[in-house]
Amino acid sequence: MAKANFDVPELKEYVDVPELVEGTMAHLSPFIAKPDHNTPLGFPGELVDDWHDKALEKLDDLRSRYRSLQVYLDACVKCGACTDKCHYYLSTKDPKNMPVGRQDLLRKVYRRYNTFAGKYFPWLVGAKDLTRETLDEWYSYYHQCSQCRRCSVFCPYGIDTAEISMAAREILDSVGYGQKYCNEIIAKVHEKGNNLGLPGPAILDTLEGLEEDVEEETGIAVKYPLDVKGADILLVTPSADFFAEPHVDGLIGYGKVFHEAGVSWTMSTTASEAGNFGMFIGSYENMRKVAMRIRTAALELGVKRIVFGECGHAWRVAYSFLNTLAGPFDFLDPKYPVPQHICEFTYDLIQQGKLKFDKSANDDMTLTFHDSCNVARATRMGDKPGGQFDIPRAVIKAVCNNYVDMDHETIGEKTFCCGGGGGLLTDDLMEIRVKGALPRMTALQNAIKDEGVTHMAAICAICKSQFTKVLPYYGMDMDQIVSVHQLVSNAIILTGQKTDGEDADDDSDGDE
Amino acid sequence: MAIEVNGKTFETDEEGYLVNLAEWEPGIAEAMSKEDDLELTEEHWDIINFLREYYEEYQIAPAVRVLTKAVGKKLGKEKGNSKYLYALFPYGPGKQACRFAGLPKPTGCI
Repeated sequence: MAKANFDVPELKEYVDVPELVEGTMAHLSPFIAKPDHNTPLGFPGELVDDWHDKALEKLDDLRSRYRSLQVYLDACVKCGACTDKCHYYLSTKDPKNMPVGRQDLLRKVYRRYNTFAGKYFPWLVGAKDLTRETLDEWYSYYHQCSQCRRCSVFCPYGIDTAEISMAAREILDSVGYGQKYCNEIIAKVHEKGNNLGLPGPAILDTLEGLEEDVEEETGIAVKYPLDVKGADILLVTPSADFFAEPHVDGLIGYGKVFHEAGVSWTMSTTASEAGNFGMFIGSYENMRKVAMRIRTAALELGVKRIVFGECGHAWRVAYSFLNTLAGPFDFLDPKYPVPQHICEFTYDLIQQGKLKFDKSANDDMTLTFHDSCNVARATRMGDKPGGQFDIPRAVIKAVCNNYVDMDHETIGEKTFCCGGGGGLLTDDLMEIRVKGALPRMTALQNAIKDEGVTHMAAICAICKSQFTKVLPYYGMDMDQIVSVHQLVSNAIILTGQKTDGEDADDDSDGDE
Repeated sequence: MAIEVNGKTFETDEEGYLVNLAEWEPGIAEAMSKEDDLELTEEHWDIINFLREYYEEYQIAPAVRVLTKAVGKKLGKEKGNSKYLYALFPYGPGKQACRFAGLPKPTGCI
């Protein structure tokens, strides 16, 4: 683990609501995007001279395009319900990390230039001029919001801070003041097809390696196909699934499930990324361009179904926006959800009794499940309310003997963000990532102490990477975070599989 | 930013990654590791050299599993895991070792 050059919060039994301390996080801003990152996205290369007028024009444009933004800017009555709901406020004490404080950074400028009271009596209504200092403050604090939408669950008006933060980032991008991490990644997707910039041959090499490993482990030739025309299913999964751990163990699991289901499936080089960072920066145009690759790949390969792998915000874009961004998907088989989540796919097979498991393969672990924010609060799975909570848990329980939930105030629709979502998963924001993980780490530690939990499963590439990095800061092990389909992979018995004890693959068996 | 090696100056980005990959020479890895309070041993060099070879072929750093598998094949199965790699490169094999090897930083949901 890297050395921390900031104070790591101490884990206590509860997360207390702290007293306000102004400006504790004012020093933190992510690296600024360079012209190479900005221009492929259609943004000015660097901060434009007339940024003041351009920023206000963009705010007007966004208010006219998104009725929701207008309502959110107007509706807040300062009731205070959101104030203690943000993981970043709870861990940093900074009032600008309170949802209302964060919203007000944009609202004060909106009021100054767009409302009667703000134009004539700014001091009465908290209206402020747009200055360079404000612009910098936007850059800092709108990159300390993971757009997790927990606060919006508690807001009586349903104000969604995530949308305000997306709008602020779009304004910043429109004047050439974007964030390096997000913009560099989106540029890579446009050029190479995935966030990591993995070229086709590297993906192929990785997948061939997985085929070898699985065959060695099970004796069964499970395929991990790429760019196979005429396959029935296109799997779109985060590129971290090819690259990182424990993500890849999940990908191995998807392949085993598809194999056992007897379906033909493929991945695609050009759509080798489920994630869509266009959402994080609020850019409809970039989000649409990223989503269109999936449509194009589906048409070129002639598939009948699209299944998404374990990726939180990808599932939000897929479930909530894909049809309007890149539809209509009338060329797909209407008998199946368009698109379908891999957890739904596996769950259906479990319900039909088509998969066989040896649950004892996961007996070295006691699991809990981290609800990822975008899945929890912006999507659904299956055909019943709450399916996005029940289905992943049902999959875990079908393959594991030992499962317990964490504190109910921290899961389901009230789940706490991992601390690294919304475009914050970058080393230059490590301080806010580590601090923001505090509520989740507290709940996990309590589950470890009280319930003997050893591992936490998740269905989001960002959550998995974030926990891998931050668990050690809190005295836990990086491999205590696992993929849901890694658990499926451990337990599934493939037809004809060797059933002796020669389990060659033990790299998922992290010790406590 | 920049790093100085044997009297020559090499440009690095704000995160300390070499800007021009073609300029890389072993002294750069030595200098970078010194800044990280790390002494490079033969084990470290095995990884750095593998990263550079892989990058040459695929224009990207290898996936963690590809790397651990290659290490396992070469140095024995007990070393073919990320724990071994993290023991060598505490900031992470993907990021720290890539930086020493002159490769660009892997970005994404990792």
